[in-house]
Amino acid sequence: MSMINERTIKDHGLSLEEYSSIVSLIGKEPNITELAIFSVMWSEHCGYKSSRVYLKGLPAKGKYVIQGPGENAGILDIGDGLAVVFKIESHNHPSFIEPYQGAATGVGGILRDIFTMGARPIAVLDSLRFGPLEDPRNKVIMEGVVSGIAGYGNSIGIPTVGGEIAFEEGYSLNPLVNVFALGLAEKDKIFYARAEGKGNPVLYVGAKTGRDGIHGATMASAEFGRDTEHKRPNVQVGDPFKEKLLLEACLEVMSSDMIVGIQDMGAAGLTCSTTEMAARTGAGMEIDLDLVPQREEGMTPYEIMLSESQERMLICARKEKVAEVQAVFAKWDLDAVVIGQVTEGGRLKVRFKGNEVVDIPVDAVVNLCPAYRRPAREPAFLRKVSRLPEIPLPADFNEVFSKILSSPSIADKEWVFRQYDHMIQVNTVFLPGADAAVLRIKGSKKALAMTLDGNSFYAYLNPRQGARIAVAEACRNLACVGARPIGVTNCLNFGNPEKPEVMWQFKEAVGGISEACRTFEIPVTGGNVSFYNDTEGASIHPTPVLGIVGTIEDIGRAVRPGFRKTGDAIILLGENKDELGGSEYLRICFGLQKGIPPEIDLAAEKRVQEMCLEAIEKGLLSSAHDVSDGGLAVCLAECAFHSGERLGCSIDLGDRIRADALLFGESQSRIVVTTSSRRAGDVLALAQKRKVKARLIGRTGGRDIVVRVRRREIVRIPVKDAFKAWKESIPSRYKIKE
Amino acid sequence: MKFGVVMFPGSNCDHDTFHVLRDIIGRDTVFLWHKNHDLQDVDVVVLPGGFSYGDYLRSGAIARFSPLMQEVRAFAKNGGHVLGICNGFQILLELGLLPGAMLRNKNLKFLCQFVHIRIENDRTDFTRAGKKGQILKIPIAHFDGNYYAPNEVINDIRGNGQVVFRYCDADGRLTDEANVNGSMDSIAGLMSAKGNVMGLMPHPERASEALLGSEDGQIIFRSLIEAIENKGRKSRCP
Repeated sequence: MSMINERTIKDHGLSLEEYSSIVSLIGKEPNITELAIFSVMWSEHCGYKSSRVYLKGLPAKGKYVIQGPGENAGILDIGDGLAVVFKIESHNHPSFIEPYQGAATGVGGILRDIFTMGARPIAVLDSLRFGPLEDPRNKVIMEGVVSGIAGYGNSIGIPTVGGEIAFEEGYSLNPLVNVFALGLAEKDKIFYARAEGKGNPVLYVGAKTGRDGIHGATMASAEFGRDTEHKRPNVQVGDPFKEKLLLEACLEVMSSDMIVGIQDMGAAGLTCSTTEMAARTGAGMEIDLDLVPQREEGMTPYEIMLSESQERMLICARKEKVAEVQAVFAKWDLDAVVIGQVTEGGRLKVRFKGNEVVDIPVDAVVNLCPAYRRPAREPAFLRKVSRLPEIPLPADFNEVFSKILSSPSIADKEWVFRQYDHMIQVNTVFLPGADAAVLRIKGSKKALAMTLDGNSFYAYLNPRQGARIAVAEACRNLACVGARPIGVTNCLNFGNPEKPEVMWQFKEAVGGISEACRTFEIPVTGGNVSFYNDTEGASIHPTPVLGIVGTIEDIGRAVRPGFRKTGDAIILLGENKDELGGSEYLRICFGLQKGIPPEIDLAAEKRVQEMCLEAIEKGLLSSAHDVSDGGLAVCLAECAFHSGERLGCSIDLGDRIRADALLFGESQSRIVVTTSSRRAGDVLALAQKRKVKARLIGRTGGRDIVVRVRRREIVRIPVKDAFKAWKESIPSRYKIKE
Repeated sequence: MKFGVVMFPGSNCDHDTFHVLRDIIGRDTVFLWHKNHDLQDVDVVVLPGGFSYGDYLRSGAIARFSPLMQEVRAFAKNGGHVLGICNGFQILLELGLLPGAMLRNKNLKFLCQFVHIRIENDRTDFTRAGKKGQILKIPIAHFDGNYYAPNEVINDIRGNGQVVFRYCDADGRLTDEANVNGSMDSIAGLMSAKGNVMGLMPHPERASEALLGSEDGQIIFRSLIEAIENKGRKSRCP
């Protein structure tokens, strides 16, 4: 009764060649349900067809790694019998179609990846990209995404402690929502997505299955047109309350020896969890769909297998412990139903109303998805955009300064993060806005720091350089709070990989991440690739986002970005260079996305970070803040804004480079630190010892930010005016007119 | 003395409150499961923050029907101390143990931030360790914290000294700006006429450790300990 024709194959996002290889792998023509299983598991989203050959080049080993790529999340040993479980994932496509639910289920999905491994999630961070807020549609999308993240995270009770937001035209029809989550687990109580032991029961737990989210994974593997309304039913609907119950029930089950393995039902739902859990051990699985809790009537096997209804998990329990598992879920008012068992022989067999509707080898589904080395070609536009036209020096630096401070990408994001509960679980030591989020570990002097970074403007002009800088900046952010990086997760957002130019950008970016991670000796333990970020044929800027986790040995030593007291010495670590390419300054003042992104010497960068860390660990610094978007001027302003009483500063620079590059250029490997006058000498001596360029550039104090270049004053702006420009920019765009 | 922290499905500040009471304040603390009828001989029942039952209906509207709440109601009637924090405050309003209701915040957004509140009455079992006029730095985190009650109720609770905390600025002034959620009369915390039940929107458990930015929240827990462990040393109110 085969209903498979060319059209069906195409509608399932598979090529004819892929179809032939499915037929030869399973030794028969698949029926429609079997075809659907392959279509989601071999989609770009689940199968990493275009990216796998490159991702293999990322360093995945390191002394702290307990689990590298390939599981639900990466795991690192942080000592004292504890491990961190963390990962980042994109929910870009759903968030465009339905911003609130798209973002909410992005949070829900990544949290399940964390607690399915036995870790209690303790932090969420988000990297968001939107089109300019001048367009009301973008305002609506941003408002929806932010409320969605808040709605889910606040209710389930996991703090959203940081992240980043940037704006660019290319994200207007394709916002990016990348959600990072981290959990804390006991090292000897980690669980994996595996089913083994013939006859061990397979339990379905959590919410009931409905028709929502069918083909979500395939949707994330194709371009969009303007007409996406009809895709709305593909977006799942989140229920954070249900997930909270699921979280508590799962952790309770995991606290004693009741289960063999567990996997969440995320993308591709029951299909992904059954096949992956079996494939990991070489086992097989039999399930009966009539036993699956359903909230709609008349669902077909195809729909049940592909549903992406949220807040569900699949558990392989120990045979003799089923009743205990069920009792725990009953306590939390959740379904826990035995729907099948583990078998030998490596096949997935699915029954429905007494008939066998699926019989396929799980290995083919999970492990034999084709990998492509797609054609890659350097985009022709790069040559054009790399040349900068003549840039006139600004007449009024104060005006330019205010303008940059009020650019939404630079401006204060409190409007966003105060909608997120960022203090729940009482671990948040640094509130959002610091260089990195810092969380204490209860009962220990140790703390965790984490940050998300990515600069798509650099990556657009040079993907390899952009990626290297993203890694460097994330590590620098950690260094500024006093944390040493221990591991990386990445979210790679790109256009359609079938376009050679996009494939080239991807290849270059992954190469850049790999180089930088090797220099910093940090493993990439997993992540997510989001291709097909194209709408109406236009690709987004390549946007690699890096999530890096670090540890602080003594929380008492952690350092904040804000100036601490009047009269402190301000010391610049690193060098100012004559670089303007890819800067916020060029975008804001000249509407230009051009030039060559800042250069970066990874070895020099590492020396700066190591030196900053040593200074912090020795207790030499009052504050530290990295120089990034908006350059030295914005960095100094942020140091002033984060000081308790809006302390100003007075800076003297002698560099013989363009004054605009000096103030607003984004040269890398720079950190502004402050220290008491008494200790300035120690800091400079340490820098010298560590072969880091460092010099005294000024003093904290006063009510103004004053910058002199070769004795000529070019900036003098009251901190309160600069603060106002920075603080009110985003809220003013959302002000309700009275 | 012993604290009991109620766990509803969807409570999410239960562990935080438990941590502070046991590990920071250093008193016996137990969890009280919503499906039980056993208050385990606690001296103070704490209804913690969170999203009980998801709060898909009015915040706290379902939690009031939990089996345990019958015992809590009786406990309160007999003069037992009940402290409702955030969602716990909303539940106390739904239960009718405190007057009034919560509306959405005036800016129609969830708000998580440090605010300042002023002790309006220090002759209570929840504030006796502080001083009238004292300003506390303490976080809020809620969507529905915009306190509302009819004018006659407001007049009554003012007259009875039931207003325990008001939102204020860092210098203790009551301003519109400081009243971030738009509460009537800037009310942040309110107690029953008998003075044994109090609800407040801010989270004292989040302001109990210097490392996290404030220890001011401890005043509330320490006041309760003082009231219960040294009964009668300071005159009860009102």
